[in-house]
Amino acid sequence: MLLEVAELAVDLPMPRGWHRVVDQTSFSLAEGESLGVVGESGSGKTMTALALMALTPEGARVSGSIRFEERELVGLGERGMRQLRGDRIAMVFQEPMTALNPLHRVGAQVAEPLMLHRGLARTDAHRRAVELLEHVRLAEPERAARSYPFALSGGERQRAMIAMAIGCSPRLVIADEPTTALDVTVQARILALIDSLRAESRMAILLVSHDLAVIAGHCDRVMVMYAGVIMESGPVDVVLRQPKNPYTLALLEARPRPDAPRGARLATIPGAPPAAYDHRAGCPFAGRCALTVERCWSTPPPQVAFGPNHVSRCHRADEVGLIQ
Amino acid sequence: MNFALRFRPRGGASLWVGAILVVALVLAAASSLVWTPYPPAAIDVAHRLAPPSAAHWFGTDNLGRDVASQILAGSRVSILVGVIAVGIGLAFGVLLGLLAAFAKGLIEDGIMKFSDFVFAFPALLTAIMLTSTLGPGVVNAIIAIGVYNVPVIAKLTRATANSVLSREYALAARAAGRGPVAIAFDHVLPNIAPALIVQATIQFAIAILAEAALSYLGLGAQPPQTSWGKMLADAQNVLYNAPRLALYPGAAIALSVLGLNLLGDGLRDALDPKLKARG
Repeated sequence: MLLEVAELAVDLPMPRGWHRVVDQTSFSLAEGESLGVVGESGSGKTMTALALMALTPEGARVSGSIRFEERELVGLGERGMRQLRGDRIAMVFQEPMTALNPLHRVGAQVAEPLMLHRGLARTDAHRRAVELLEHVRLAEPERAARSYPFALSGGERQRAMIAMAIGCSPRLVIADEPTTALDVTVQARILALIDSLRAESRMAILLVSHDLAVIAGHCDRVMVMYAGVIMESGPVDVVLRQPKNPYTLALLEARPRPDAPRGARLATIPGAPPAAYDHRAGCPFAGRCALTVERCWSTPPPQVAFGPNHVSRCHRADEVGLIQ
Repeated sequence: MNFALRFRPRGGASLWVGAILVVALVLAAASSLVWTPYPPAAIDVAHRLAPPSAAHWFGTDNLGRDVASQILAGSRVSILVGVIAVGIGLAFGVLLGLLAAFAKGLIEDGIMKFSDFVFAFPALLTAIMLTSTLGPGVVNAIIAIGVYNVPVIAKLTRATANSVLSREYALAARAAGRGPVAIAFDHVLPNIAPALIVQATIQFAIAILAEAALSYLGLGAQPPQTSWGKMLADAQNVLYNAPRLALYPGAAIALSVLGLNLLGDGLRDALDPKLKARG
């Protein structure tokens, strides 16, 4: 396994004590595999991604285990992490507008990790940067390399970000909502680019998104997060076709569908996710869930396995999809 | 086309008026290095308190010294004080501010508490205390004024650096494996430079005022060196006979400070539209 995460927990310091924003999170990722992480805002998906790179906010406490290429990353320290970041693990950010420094030329920013991790001289790194920009199918890579970020479109900037991420051939690329800020058509092209890069270099992708359609089309496996815990995980086609967790089901029902009758209102999930400080004994989804019973409030839900790798965290997992 | 858009001056009138006044100040200081109508300290008791004339543009003071020459020579002191005091502020303030922004925790608290501590003293009183213990003179005045610029710049650096560090490109730089020193110099400094330049201009004006105040109290420039504050103090003795003597150094100080403040405001508008919106 390239990456094995076990019982990962992230606590953030808040004025009223520690808030656990990621809890009991375990998953693994093989070489060349693509894992989608889906969930609402505040479900802990971004914090999970940041924890993998040890980029959690100042003062955050990360516990559990993250094994990457047989190396434990929790407690590795800043110096050790710095050698991995941008080299073995790279990250693509959500906002291509703000993830590039407005004051540096795009080519210089793409060249930076190459000089840092590969020890390339400036001119060689720049030549390689242009190749990379060409590789991510940026039109006129030479011109793009000479440009400042403001001169590029959102899609072009995101391609530049990807070029920057793959420069050192990382084994794991974490893409945190890489297409959320882009037009739908640009979105499709960027995701296709990520797919083809993954196929050709066998790097693993952790794709964080709130968009089930994106996950469905571009991931092998998916994990559904809610309030910091994984509610359900398994192969994409199984989880999205036969969800065994009420939360997954609710997400699927809340998505717009082309075949819906005209004028039909979009289904929503009643209530709001629990705040991080609102620690509860039972299931975090209790109350918003149509299947809520007494024990959902008092007892943490068990993990129930269905078929290979398909796990749901629910007291009534067996009944999901049967009654509603 | 993009470049034209980007560099179109946005400061408007205040930027240009400020720039012209500041350039005039710099030219006056520069020209005084090679030429003044008379040696500024040359006493000519026969022609004391002469009114303005072709020979003495601004007249002479109670010792017969040429006022125009003194104003020119005094601009040199003002610029020297401003440049070095702001330089001290920038050198230490930026360093401390960056250290605070990157180190967080105890170091950040310590630096910021120290800044508050320095702020808590009235600036001019402390400068008077420093110059009266270290001895009067331009150099000590510069140090006293410079010390006060350090916490101002440190606080500004920390605040603006923190806002840059919270941008995604700072996180992206860390995700690319870059260390804090590289991020500080490559990402933070260039992005906070506009705010620092604006603040430095304002601090420059404040330094000129402070030097004038110290020299007026006899703690700054010492004879035979002249400065605008000292000229004011000298003019005070003959205020009833020749009130115009106070006018020239007063106008010189006011125009310099006005010019620097206008320039600072104009630069703020031109370099950072967001700062303008905040007020």
